[in-house]
Amino acid sequence: MKVFQYILLSFLIVCAISVSFSKKLLNSILIFMSYSLVMSIIWICLESPDLAITEAAVGAGITSVLFFVTLKKIHAIEEESKKGEKESMIERRRR
Amino acid sequence: MSRMKSEDEYKKTKAFHFFRWLSGEKDPYIGNLEMKPQKEYITEEASIRERMRENQMVMDKVYNTKYNKWQILFRRFYRVMAVAFCIMLASLLLFTVSYLPPTGNASNPDNNEVAERYIEKGVQETGAVNIVTGMILTYRAFDTFGETNVLFIATCCVMIMLMIEDAELKKEEVLGDRRFEPKNDAILQAAAMILVPVIFIFGIYIILNGHLSPGGGFSGGATIGAGMILYTSAFGFKKTQRFFNENIYKVTKVSALCTYGLIGIYYYVTGANGIENHIPLGIPGHIVSAGIIFPINICVGIEVACTMYAFYALFRRGGL
Repeated sequence: MKVFQYILLSFLIVCAISVSFSKKLLNSILIFMSYSLVMSIIWICLESPDLAITEAAVGAGITSVLFFVTLKKIHAIEEESKKGEKESMIERRRR
Repeated sequence: MSRMKSEDEYKKTKAFHFFRWLSGEKDPYIGNLEMKPQKEYITEEASIRERMRENQMVMDKVYNTKYNKWQILFRRFYRVMAVAFCIMLASLLLFTVSYLPPTGNASNPDNNEVAERYIEKGVQETGAVNIVTGMILTYRAFDTFGETNVLFIATCCVMIMLMIEDAELKKEEVLGDRRFEPKNDAILQAAAMILVPVIFIFGIYIILNGHLSPGGGFSGGATIGAGMILYTSAFGFKKTQRFFNENIYKVTKVSALCTYGLIGIYYYVTGANGIENHIPLGIPGHIVSAGIIFPINICVGIEVACTMYAFYALFRRGGL
C-alpha cells in the first residue's frame, strides 16, 4: 500500500510539471484531468471518500468541461472539427 | 429594469405599471432617460499613422537588441532570477513543511477538546452517523451557509457577464455558433443513455445518505450537475429545457437557499438562546433522522447542481 501511494504521488508530480510544459492547450487540460483523478485515488487512500467523490466530480469533470468550453469559445481548439462545423454553418446561412 | 429594452416593450412590463403607480402616473424612465444609440467612433487616419510611427520608434529604441545593450542584460538577468526565485520559493516551502508535526500524532495541537467533543458526543447531539456531515451542517451550519451563498453569488456574477437577451440569441442563431448544437453523435448518445440515469441516481443517493455514509450535499450536487452536463452535451439544449429551463432554475435555486436560511436561523436562534429545539433527531442510522441535516443536505444539493449546470450553460451559449 505504501509503495502504491508513492507511485501515485510521483505520478502527481509528473502530471503537475507536464501541465505547464506541454505546448498544446488541449493536452494540458487532459493531463490536468488525470491529475484530478489521481488526486481522488489518493484521497481514498487517506480515508476521506467524501473528498474523493467531490474531487472526481468537480476537479476531473466540471472544471475540465468548463476549460474545454472556454477554449472552444476563444477558438483555441477548433482545428480538428473545423471542416464539419464550417460546412454546417454555411448550410445554415443558405437557409 | 433594463435600459436595453425599447419603450414599447417596457410599457408591457409590471415594473412600468408599478413605477407609474408609485410616482403618480408619470414614469421618469419614459421621455427623459432613454438610451440613445451611440455614434460609431471613427479614428482619423493621421492619428493612426502617428501612433504607428511612435510604436516603431519605441520598438527601434528600446527593443532593438543591436543598439540597446541594457535590454540584453536585463533579459539574461530576468531568466536567471526567475529560476532562482522558483528554487528559493520551493525550498522555503519544503523547509517549512519539514517542521510540521507528523500526522496522527497524539500530542499534535489539532488534537484538542473540540475534536474530542465532536467524536464523543457528535452522534448524540446531531443524530448523524457520519461525523463530518454532522459537524459541518450543525455545529458549523452558519459557515456552510456562507459557502452556499458564495455559490449563489458566483452564478449571479457569471450571469451578469455572460447572459445574453433572448432576442439576441435568436438573431445569432443563424450566424454564430452560440446555439451550435452538438452533432448527433451516436456513440455519445448511446453512452449518455446508459450513464446519465445511473449518475443521477448515484447523486441522489449521495445527497439522501449524506448523514449515514460518506458524501453530502456538495458531492451529490456536483455529481448531478456533471450528469446534466453530459446529457446536454449529448442531446442538446432543447431536450434539457424540457425539464430544466430558466424559470425552474430560478425557483429551485432561490427556494433552496431560502429554505436553508430559514432552517439555519431557526436552529441558531433556538440554540443560542437556550430555547428548546423541537426538531426530533430520530434514531441514528435511519434514513429519516439527524434533525436539520437531512433537509439542509437536500437544499445544498439542489443549489450545487443548479450552479454547476448553470456555469456550463452560460459558458456554452449565454443562457440557460
